[in-house]
Amino acid sequence: MDLTLTPEEEQFRAELRTWLEQNHPGPEPDGAEEAFQFRRAWQHRMQQDRYAGLTWPREYGGRGATLMQSAIFNEEMVRAKVPSPANILGLVMGGPVVIAHGTPEQKERFLEPILSADEIWCQGFSEPDAGSDLASLKTRAVKVDGGWKINGQKVWTSFAHHAKWCMLLARTDPEAKKHDGITYFLMDMEQAGVQAKPLRQLTDESEFNEVFIDDAFVPDENVIGNPGQGWSVAITTLALERAGLSLGSAVAIQIQLRELAAMIRDLGKDRDPAVRQKFGELCVKAETMRLNGARGLSYVIKSGMPGPEGSITKIQWASVNQAMTEFAVQVRGTEGLLDDTPWSYRMLRARANSIEGGTSEIQKNILAERVLALPRLR
Amino acid sequence: MNFDLSTEQQAIKQAARDFLAGKSDLRAVRRQVDAGTYDGALWEGVKNQGWTGIAIPEAHGGAGLGYVELAVVMEEFGYACAPSPLLSNTAAAILLEHAGSEAQKSQWLSAIAAGEQRGAAGSVTRDGSALVADAEGADVLVLVDGAAARLVLPAEAEITAVKAIDPTRRYFRVTGNGGVPLPGDVTAGLDRVEVALSAELTGVAQRAMEMAVEYAKVRQQFGRPIGSYQAVSHRCADMLVDVESARSATLFAAWAADADPSQLSLAASVAKAQAAETGWNVAASSLQVHGGIGFTWEHDLHFFMKRAAADARLFGSASQHRDRVAGHYGLDPAPAQGAEAHAPAALAAPEPARV
Repeated sequence: MDLTLTPEEEQFRAELRTWLEQNHPGPEPDGAEEAFQFRRAWQHRMQQDRYAGLTWPREYGGRGATLMQSAIFNEEMVRAKVPSPANILGLVMGGPVVIAHGTPEQKERFLEPILSADEIWCQGFSEPDAGSDLASLKTRAVKVDGGWKINGQKVWTSFAHHAKWCMLLARTDPEAKKHDGITYFLMDMEQAGVQAKPLRQLTDESEFNEVFIDDAFVPDENVIGNPGQGWSVAITTLALERAGLSLGSAVAIQIQLRELAAMIRDLGKDRDPAVRQKFGELCVKAETMRLNGARGLSYVIKSGMPGPEGSITKIQWASVNQAMTEFAVQVRGTEGLLDDTPWSYRMLRARANSIEGGTSEIQKNILAERVLALPRLR
Repeated sequence: MNFDLSTEQQAIKQAARDFLAGKSDLRAVRRQVDAGTYDGALWEGVKNQGWTGIAIPEAHGGAGLGYVELAVVMEEFGYACAPSPLLSNTAAAILLEHAGSEAQKSQWLSAIAAGEQRGAAGSVTRDGSALVADAEGADVLVLVDGAAARLVLPAEAEITAVKAIDPTRRYFRVTGNGGVPLPGDVTAGLDRVEVALSAELTGVAQRAMEMAVEYAKVRQQFGRPIGSYQAVSHRCADMLVDVESARSATLFAAWAADADPSQLSLAASVAKAQAAETGWNVAASSLQVHGGIGFTWEHDLHFFMKRAAADARLFGSASQHRDRVAGHYGLDPAPAQGAEAHAPAALAAPEPARV
């Protein structure tokens, strides 16, 4: 065991901190469109110094960073309170998919505009009837001259209204077994057959969209991998890129716990034993999540592949974020119903944490079946 | 960053697993419980392995290894639920090393670490009397009272056997106002004792979880293994989250004790608070998976549940440690900030964010 950073990693962190101090874009403007353009400009700035596409190889415009550097990067981005880059899905999923499975022509065509945020990417995986059971998706792709004709509906599609490209999973072979008949497409969102409609969330924001696909066209050169291999293309690139994310999430929770401590002191409740117990319990959970994430990262660095254990931190993140935000609202008493602090919003938003990115129930299935080797129900 | 055990540490783990499987399987545990004794041959073996002083410096007669190595061994003692005075002896040695005077160390520490004499340690619980595991037969006692501790000779104290919830270990009430204070840093010693306890709790929970998972694979109801029902499999997944959390927190605290003591205070409290909850919760949840058979004396599960209940309460409790963690995170009126400010590690808790 050695949990220290190497001198090179320490230097990377120090340089990154300095860079973030000197280039912090300031507070995000109000308004969804203004905020989006602000994030687009921020990504331009990141790209200029090779902080966009951090883990991408240098030959494709990235920095060729290690997973440890990527984890440090995620921590420091959260700590400095800078916004996410506008094209986050292109950076963490789209680019790595094209780099791993794309043709030379696809790399030439798609990678640079991802880094510059000139072309925004979205992900078309989930459907109204294919949520946790994603492989049962029904969106159809039929072979036509020069490409594929697509019909179907996607949902929970972030950034769809800004996106130029959609990473689309569609069924190309309805006769094949359900995981085998799926193909990975890059679909141009700017065509008549594609319509994105924002979903209004219970938080009164719109982060997600429904996407209606009606005779849309994807040319053959925009298929990633071979037809029928879409499932494995999607799976192999999903897990690795997410390995370093949990440390960033852990830092975000630690920062909010410090905010919560300050609020508890302001309320004069810092000596209340019940408050201290509950707050201490939250801190313990946040710490163990952070340490499980670090152990998981250490495993990925060594083995090259993330294990199913990543589900542990996903479950813990949702659980601790929900518990923390509920407690922060509760500790204010009746004042907690007001929206004059971020906590009431955070409490509502946190309800999505145990659903988005794979429900906690699906994560438990993964742990039960793939770590504990318990028999499958199905 | 490397969060894995080294090859040498893995070898120690395997050696402890094999040693205990051979010398203290569950039939042997049951024999000792029924007799209310310990197996002298087991203790001789522990001494021969050098585990009585595994984390004590060689200058004081120990093996000069670290707290990660100690945690590895203690986890296996929890996994086996082995009846032995190792935990109490280890606690006495650790407290002597960190809080004892040079004279106390030279008189006692080397002999305890080398296994020539036996120490026992416990906390003052009420009326100046202490609950001490394995006090009877010990050559020297260390009694902790808050952040103070004193060294007491058995002849100076009244030692009475008490019946405790955990039949796999022998507990005693120690009464007497005699003894000599340990002049050094008792808290530094206690944090390291909690690392040992957290490791044992992790091993207890690991075994209780394995028992549940194995049972859920073979026990059939309604024509299929009960482990295929999500009501059962999700319970087992929750156990895994708890066990891995206790293990990560314990290993981190052990590493901090060895390599970055500035982080130990928070890390040890996180480990004990987590492991104390994990030990009992996982054992109780395992009992639920077993159903009625898990409630019988004939089944071995209750030994683990009771050991977990005891370990959770020796030295600091989960609620004491949660309170301390709350202080580290800013609820202390005068928070100690030094632990984080200059921590060089990848895992240093972040300072409050700059705005």
